[in-house]
Amino acid sequence: MKESTPQYFRPEIKRESGDLHSPAHAAHGDLAHHHEPYKPVFTAGSARRKELDEILTRYPTKMAALLPALWIVQHERGWVSEEGMVEVAEALEITPAYVKGVVTFYTMYHQHPVGRHFIQVCTTSPCNVCGAEDVVDAFLKHTGCYELGQTSPDGKYTVIEVECLGACGFATPIMINEDFIESVTPDKVPEILAGLA
Amino acid sequence: MGYPHKPHAKETTVLSQHFGDREAITLDGWKKRGGYKALKTALGMSPADIVTVVKDSGLRGRGGAGFPTGVKWSFMKPGDGKPHYLCCNADESEPGTFKDREIMRWTPHALIEGCAIGSYAIGAETCYIYIRGEFTEPIARVESALKDCYADGTLGKNAMGSGKTVNVYVHRGAGAYICGEETALMNSIEGRRGNPRIKPPFPAVSGVFAKPTTINNVETLAAVPHILNNGAAWYKQWMRADNPKSTGTKLYSVCGNIQRPGNYEVPMGFPFKEFLYDLCGGPLPGRKFRAIIPGGISVPIQTVEEAEASLMDYEGFVAQGTMLGSGGVIVIDDAQNLVKQIARAARFFAHESCAQCTQCREGTAWTTKILERIVEGEGTTEDLDTLLEIAENMTGKTICVLSDSCATPVVSGLKKFRGDFEALIKKRKHHLVPAVA
Repeated sequence: MKESTPQYFRPEIKRESGDLHSPAHAAHGDLAHHHEPYKPVFTAGSARRKELDEILTRYPTKMAALLPALWIVQHERGWVSEEGMVEVAEALEITPAYVKGVVTFYTMYHQHPVGRHFIQVCTTSPCNVCGAEDVVDAFLKHTGCYELGQTSPDGKYTVIEVECLGACGFATPIMINEDFIESVTPDKVPEILAGLA
Repeated sequence: MGYPHKPHAKETTVLSQHFGDREAITLDGWKKRGGYKALKTALGMSPADIVTVVKDSGLRGRGGAGFPTGVKWSFMKPGDGKPHYLCCNADESEPGTFKDREIMRWTPHALIEGCAIGSYAIGAETCYIYIRGEFTEPIARVESALKDCYADGTLGKNAMGSGKTVNVYVHRGAGAYICGEETALMNSIEGRRGNPRIKPPFPAVSGVFAKPTTINNVETLAAVPHILNNGAAWYKQWMRADNPKSTGTKLYSVCGNIQRPGNYEVPMGFPFKEFLYDLCGGPLPGRKFRAIIPGGISVPIQTVEEAEASLMDYEGFVAQGTMLGSGGVIVIDDAQNLVKQIARAARFFAHESCAQCTQCREGTAWTTKILERIVEGEGTTEDLDTLLEIAENMTGKTICVLSDSCATPVVSGLKKFRGDFEALIKKRKHHLVPAVA
């Protein structure tokens, strides 16, 4: 925790004027895809639309397909934007405000663009006693992110601490996007990062 | 334990016998190992007979609460004209627990078979397996196993040619500890925020989609096919002679400062001391055990003496001041700052509180702030009283038990390791009143 987390210098990030204002947005201001117009995911006849239609047969209500639909949007677009929420709301006949309420509850839906490699390091007690905080520090240092939750200036990495990944016997487990890596120690970090495309 | 090491000679491998066996993951491999025989038998029985066998076996919920599975199933009334649902709780997110993950990774068909039998026994045509979002590999394995089952006719409208409908689907969570609470899990399946619901009504009356629902843990359901294949008496061979309330085998996930972390399967009533020192190899070289949390982070912390005197079953752990919980054994040794770890546990609960109830939303946050202040050498003796006062107000006053779970390590930690807290307070750097020379 705080006692072992060094005070890192946060690099100045260039921002285009008129960009979003919150600090969380500011760090991502450079990412090009943030400015691209939203491309719908569930267009008629598309594979993703068919997938959603199949999922809808599993539940007695349309709303129940909300979590799966949001996963599809995040998988296709990298994060769940306001436009994405509107599209899901329309597909499931619920309001965008309701969708946002659900999105904000679950930590795995990204409400802002994140780095191409989204790195989650478990630091909950069982991993913590095995030195998980040193693994976090190693990732922050080697990715150039310097601060938890911030994206590296090249848009490549975002590092966060995550609560219990459910692999406590293989401390420290990490997730990079959808990939799970067990038994990570600080000295393995450069090798892991080198292996990322 | 099967994976990543070979099972220890003192283990009794029932659920874990195929861990590490790549062939057992496939449908053909699973059938070769006797898989889906129990489902075939079950579909030829009446649902009431299945419930009786499970009731007689003494199987109890392996997710934490330990409610008798057969009794839970008997609350459901098949043929009441309503759709019924079975939910499998695979949201394994209790820190220290990683047994369900191994079941799903190595024996996805064991779980699916258990789900199918459970669904039929409670009169449900649909079962949702709610898997936490982080478990990408288990999700992929279970989904691919389900695909094979549908293609093979094991599941679907005419399951195994029985004319009965059994559908099993995976529902992926999205990162919320609280969705492991049964009513929050049902809300999450319905596409809602994962806020726990007030009980009653209980799930057996009004659960997911307001229909009668049963929720079982992965390990519980995975044990059901074995019970149907071998009978209730076979399952009851594993229990203490003086305690018939806990039967069968249990998977324990061991983690923290210990020689051989991993999953171990032992019969009910196994001595905890032998388990820790023999099966798991004891403390790391040059270190000593300091504190043991035997059932996931929500249960009271044990001193080493209490742990060594414990027998591993529901009643055995209660007798030593804690609970079996989910079977996630967290070992903390003398090289750790115990107060820091309790503070970290509190931070976990503060992060995961759904914020519905004031006692929990405020209590978890303040507990964390005070504990972290103590860890940083800014605490006072008065803080310890405040912590206990907050804990008192967090216990038994909220919709679900997340709030109680946050208070537990604090209260048990203060009771058993108060000296650790006081030592940190004595190191306090800043004094409110300047010391007089």
